[in-house]
Amino acid sequence: MADAAHTPNEADARAQFGAFAFSAENKKTADMYIGRYPAGRQQSAVMALLDLAQRQVGEETQTQGWLPVPVIEYVASYLGMPYMRAYEVASFYTMYNLAPVGRFHVQVCGTTPCMLRGSDDIMAACKNRGLVKGATTPDGMFTLNEVECMGNCASAPMVQINDDNYEDLDYDSMTAILQDLSDGKQPKIGTQLPGRHTVEPYGGATTLQAMVDKNHDYRGEY
Amino acid sequence: MLADKDRIFTNLYGYQDFGLKAAQARGDWDKTANLMKAGQDAIIEEVKASGLRGRGGAGFPTGMKWSFMPKAPTPERPNFLVINADESEPGSCKDREIIRHDPHKLIEGALIAGFAMRARAAYIYIRGEYIFEAKVLEKAVAEAYAAGLLGKNAAKSGYDFDVFVHRGAGAYICGEETAMIESLEGKKGQPRLKPPFPAGAGLYGCPTTVNNVESIAVVPTILRRGAAWFKSFGRENNHGTKLFQISGHVEKPCVVEEEMGIPFRELIEKHCGGIRGGWDNLLAVIPGGSSVPLVPAAMMMDVPMDFDGCKAVGSGLGTAAVIVMDKSTDIVRAISRLSYFYKHESCGQCTPCREGTGWMWRVMEKMRTGNAEIGDIDTLYDVTKQVEGHTICALGDAAAWPIQGLIKHFRPEMERRIHEAKGDDMLEAAE
Repeated sequence: MADAAHTPNEADARAQFGAFAFSAENKKTADMYIGRYPAGRQQSAVMALLDLAQRQVGEETQTQGWLPVPVIEYVASYLGMPYMRAYEVASFYTMYNLAPVGRFHVQVCGTTPCMLRGSDDIMAACKNRGLVKGATTPDGMFTLNEVECMGNCASAPMVQINDDNYEDLDYDSMTAILQDLSDGKQPKIGTQLPGRHTVEPYGGATTLQAMVDKNHDYRGEY
Repeated sequence: MLADKDRIFTNLYGYQDFGLKAAQARGDWDKTANLMKAGQDAIIEEVKASGLRGRGGAGFPTGMKWSFMPKAPTPERPNFLVINADESEPGSCKDREIIRHDPHKLIEGALIAGFAMRARAAYIYIRGEYIFEAKVLEKAVAEAYAAGLLGKNAAKSGYDFDVFVHRGAGAYICGEETAMIESLEGKKGQPRLKPPFPAGAGLYGCPTTVNNVESIAVVPTILRRGAAWFKSFGRENNHGTKLFQISGHVEKPCVVEEEMGIPFRELIEKHCGGIRGGWDNLLAVIPGGSSVPLVPAAMMMDVPMDFDGCKAVGSGLGTAAVIVMDKSTDIVRAISRLSYFYKHESCGQCTPCREGTGWMWRVMEKMRTGNAEIGDIDTLYDVTKQVEGHTICALGDAAAWPIQGLIKHFRPEMERRIHEAKGDDMLEAAE
């Protein structure tokens, strides 16, 4: 969390989010999550509920959401745990935003496998569109962060924007994605290489070709 | 090359639907109750006999791990199975493909493994960044419940078993088994001291086994086709098939299932279209994900890709995440970036790791630019030795090993940078 962005004043956050409560639908989801753990172990659901709360804040503010103090307090009391235990979780895991982010949270993977495939170019594409690492653009559209390995190494370099992964990027395709997003268009999710499906070798799978066109059952060949 | 009929993950690339119907047509959930009829101990023996070793990196025999679980759990203190889908090791991207394209193999495996270790339920801990994958998995679990394959009398086996999905939130350390258990309990993911081992006191203080996604997902197929079939692949002590994930400077990075022990060169030639710029352009390889030391090109070419083969060249198979680097790579930067990763992901519990990872990264950055003294290389090596083995979990070791590998194999390059930055006269090669 060394790179954490500026956290807003707590009094302001209280004024804005002091009355935070789960929506009826989210309450149902929250209770479903709590039901996954044994009775008395509802604290296990704190991660799921913080995520849910962050998403609700996001909907209310038209951004990707964050966790102001009163929202963490609400989640803690929902689960009957001390505020500090919930705050500990919120500050430990990187996916909880302790400061507001923009409408699009652009998370460029910069760890070695992506670096080898050109994540510097992806960062450059972001920079040339006016995005600054660790900050939100003045229009509130884009927040840029460099993140650690996202597990898409065979289709690197990649970026996660909100809930979607864009893989096999280069400078031009990254620029196009950012352009589409600011134009209100949905770019193609997944690999950006034309003709590549997922993580098969580019240009055609070297194995399991029978699966390409139909749901082949190999049991007859045992 | 492994024949397609002997591949376990036939929908690896997601050309076909992940759903229950399609999975059943491929052979999943086929008379699962019959497999379970053999009984708990027979299943464990079969898995032992297959030679399956954990696919999460450490390579501990899976069947033996299961046998550590109490044979007669009480309702107050049930057994738990925790499935580690917190795939965050740089280079690793196999569990993602299993989960988003073949989730029913994992869920069926969870039932069978859970039954074998007499567990009450399985928690699948999936990393938070796998948002789409978690949605797929939730959908697949819901399908399994709706079809009666999970829950009371799961798959008509007479055994009650639940599978729950738990999403992480972006902490690499939660891939460590006791940190994962802490995280499942709703706390910061900081590893616990062992002993007690999870099989004695794990999740909620109950006996728990933590297994990797791939280890669990291959179990149904092993039971269907028999231990001897699985054991027929690979070398002694390194049996079976394995998902290899090749990233970096190959022509075509990919994930592919191959026989254990396939020579490195063959793996790259067959599936990845060779090294970018040809074999002469290969500089070094990290064969098992960021935590294992790199291996220089000359030593790597003919290494059999299995646990013992990688160990023999001073590295490890890890998760079989093969990171290939050609001669255009700034090798010091590549390792320094890994040092940054470990600095970022250190949980802060043990001082040698919390302070050491940051210190090692800062010195590695000096090495990258050459803004250092020759003696700093030895100091750096010394510090990696002080971090290694002096922490609760293996993250300290994992942060130390890549640097040790770099110093061992690329010390001349580090020294060259230091001399260059100082403006020292370089020794001219004899004409």
